Amino acid sequence: MNAVKGLAGIRALVRLILRRDRIPLPIWVLLLAAVPAAFAATFAELYPTAAERQAFAEVAGNNPGLLALFGPVFDPSVGGLTAWRVSILLAVVALISVLTVVRHTRTEEEAGRRELVGSTVVGRHASLAAALLVTGAANLALAGLMALGLIVVQDLPVGGSLALGLAFAAAGCTSAAVAAVAAQLTQGAGAARGLAISVLGLAFLLRLAGDVGGEEGGTSWLSWLSPFGWAQQVRPFADERWWVLGLAAGAFVALAAVAYALSSRRDVGAGLLPPRDGPAVAPAYLRSPLALAWRLHRGLLLGWTAGFAAVGVMIGSVTGTVTEMFTDNPQLQAIFEQLGGQAGLADLYLSAVLSLLGLAAAGYAVQAVLWLRSEETAARAEPVLSAQVDRLRWAAGHLFFALVGPAVALTALGVAAGVVHGANTGDVRGELPRVLAGALAQLPAVWVLAGLATALFGLLPRLAPLSWAVLAVFALLTLFGEVLQLDRWLLDVSPFAHVPELPGGEVSTTPLVWLVVLAAALAAAGMVGLRRRDVG
Amino acid sequence: MREAISVSGLRKSFGRTQALDGLAFSVRAGEVHGFLGPNGAGKTTTIRILLGLLRRDAGEARLLGGDPWRDAVELHRRLAYVPGDVALWPNLSGGEVIDLLGRLRGGLDPRRRAELLERFELDPKKKCRAYSTGNRQKVALVSALASGADLLLLDEPTSGLDPLMKAVFRECVTEEQQRSRTVLLSSHILAEVEAVCDRVTTIRDGRTVESGTLAELRHLTRTSVSAELEAPPVGFSELEGVHDLQVEGTTVRCQVDPEGLDGVLRRLTTAGVRSLTSQPPTLEELFMRHYRTGEAAARSRAETPR
Repeated sequence: MNAVKGLAGIRALVRLILRRDRIPLPIWVLLLAAVPAAFAATFAELYPTAAERQAFAEVAGNNPGLLALFGPVFDPSVGGLTAWRVSILLAVVALISVLTVVRHTRTEEEAGRRELVGSTVVGRHASLAAALLVTGAANLALAGLMALGLIVVQDLPVGGSLALGLAFAAAGCTSAAVAAVAAQLTQGAGAARGLAISVLGLAFLLRLAGDVGGEEGGTSWLSWLSPFGWAQQVRPFADERWWVLGLAAGAFVALAAVAYALSSRRDVGAGLLPPRDGPAVAPAYLRSPLALAWRLHRGLLLGWTAGFAAVGVMIGSVTGTVTEMFTDNPQLQAIFEQLGGQAGLADLYLSAVLSLLGLAAAGYAVQAVLWLRSEETAARAEPVLSAQVDRLRWAAGHLFFALVGPAVALTALGVAAGVVHGANTGDVRGELPRVLAGALAQLPAVWVLAGLATALFGLLPRLAPLSWAVLAVFALLTLFGEVLQLDRWLLDVSPFAHVPELPGGEVSTTPLVWLVVLAAALAAAGMVGLRRRDVG
Repeated sequence: MREAISVSGLRKSFGRTQALDGLAFSVRAGEVHGFLGPNGAGKTTTIRILLGLLRRDAGEARLLGGDPWRDAVELHRRLAYVPGDVALWPNLSGGEVIDLLGRLRGGLDPRRRAELLERFELDPKKKCRAYSTGNRQKVALVSALASGADLLLLDEPTSGLDPLMKAVFRECVTEEQQRSRTVLLSSHILAEVEAVCDRVTTIRDGRTVESGTLAELRHLTRTSVSAELEAPPVGFSELEGVHDLQVEGTTVRCQVDPEGLDGVLRRLTTAGVRSLTSQPPTLEELFMRHYRTGEAAARSRAETPR
């Protein structure tokens, strides 16, 4: 009876969420549902015969970089290769699910809207349940449409297509439940997002570490600790293992139960930890827009730096074991010699992973720039700008962290990966600068994104969140552009296409200089716009 | 510099909405100036133009002898602003915000800060996330009042305060006046403006309705007279400047223009007065009259308290 009461009003809340998300929700579901069918078409065209596909699968299944990114190839059919290649999108589905759940739970509470809703005939658990319900339903819709696309358009086996769709839904739902728990623990929505995304990041790293050695690798059990690992172990188009979906379902139920238990124990608006008092007087340093920006951005900076350092340690250690493992394999020795031998292979792997992390760092840069916009829309810019503070000085405080923050995080990444990898190969002095350079080479492209977000913020503030869409397009171009055989000019639209592949690749400073110039020009345009426009 | 603020022909539109449509008024240095109007009249837009946050489409605006858009930063050294809807950084404490804003303005008096915290009964150690609307408003007020600013721009600063705190606020404004600081107090609470303001500007739909001292505004309006006479009243309807005449037996009620008062009083004493009440119009009445036209009437009735 209590359970039913707790869910009173859920119908209206579900409708409210659907109304508020009526544009983004269908877009991401449709967009992501279409990707596997597009890949299936490409694979069918690129590798029309079974022998060609077999050859491709062999190379892909033995390349540690590809293994780490996409996991093992379970079946060399068109469906199998598609499932393998799109597995990277599991992280995207997971991320969107987390953002959706937090947006409709903790964000509502923080903004005080939950209070208004809670005063009506709405049960204690209704808003949490409604958020999970909508996110879960969206994931199932994604599964259905994805399978439909593969079956109808590409004529792939029904079982495998369904399994792939459901694997995505499983990863999305599990992540949604992780977010539901995180939303109960912290008081701020930002902290809840950070916590849930950290958990997903860890899960992704576990999967990466588990898969990098291939199926027979000694660390393959690590994949089984990760929801991303489960989604892949469903093995669509390769004798589907449906029972693995049960693991995800179990995790979903368990996490949702924890979230419910926590939510019935706490006050609306409160986290699990009691709020602490702050100082009655501001510390001496807190006297400038830059100091305020440091105060607001330091958590983000610390989180990204720590996260990137952890990833660096992981990559560094993995790179070492990868190369050792493959030199033991005489059959593949010839291929590796072609690729540049042991060191060349390590470099290939490192540069591939670093370019991926460059995209992540760009996400940090965009996040930091858009902080300005949220300060403005939340009317927190007003008290600062009505003091003796120039607009540009106010904006510069935040932009400083958008530019320097990613630099610090990438440095931490490069140093951690370089030192650990260097220690493994016994050449820290040699490896550290090479890996660090590879990490820092991403920076100009990252700054272009920061510049773009600044330009939008200054000139077309309402469209500033579009920076995320642009970053998503660049990420898709980096990840899938070459496989989809897009034209060179289209690939070149992304600033990341101009970053030299370091370590190992050719060092060319000209494109980097141009990227920096472009970033500076964009940022300057944004500043000019900010000078001239209305604030608030 | 006699005028702290002077505005004329001010226009500002947001898309198709005309927020300000030729607004004009001026605030003299050292006075407390009430800025009255219903929600959506354009009070906040005006203040945000004066702060240089918004750019005016047309018209003149001078603030402390400078241009509010061009000289924003230098002017802000000499002013303090309290928004109506105070938004603060959730992870900073109230005390930190007070100090930060004070320092950004160019300093704040620690003795005055401590005194104001006590008078407003505000705990500066609480994180802004935990403050109620009223407490957030107190943070902004303490920071503004403890600064050495020449000009205070207060945009409905008491909307979240309880009556006790509203009284404290009025005391503070009176003190500021004694220190010969200039205050622009935007409000739709008439009692507040009546209690502390020297001069008042009323605005509606982005236009100035009236501007002047409280006495001048009264001068422009009618007095309501109610009298019980010894004999039934006769001849009142012929008098100049008498409106809304009601006669019941020996009782007479009417609204009288200032220039008609003399005639009315003569006629009353001729008939013999048993009791007489005459009331100067309260700002409430003034306000109601200004907005009781067309669609604005319904709005102001709904919004004016009591």
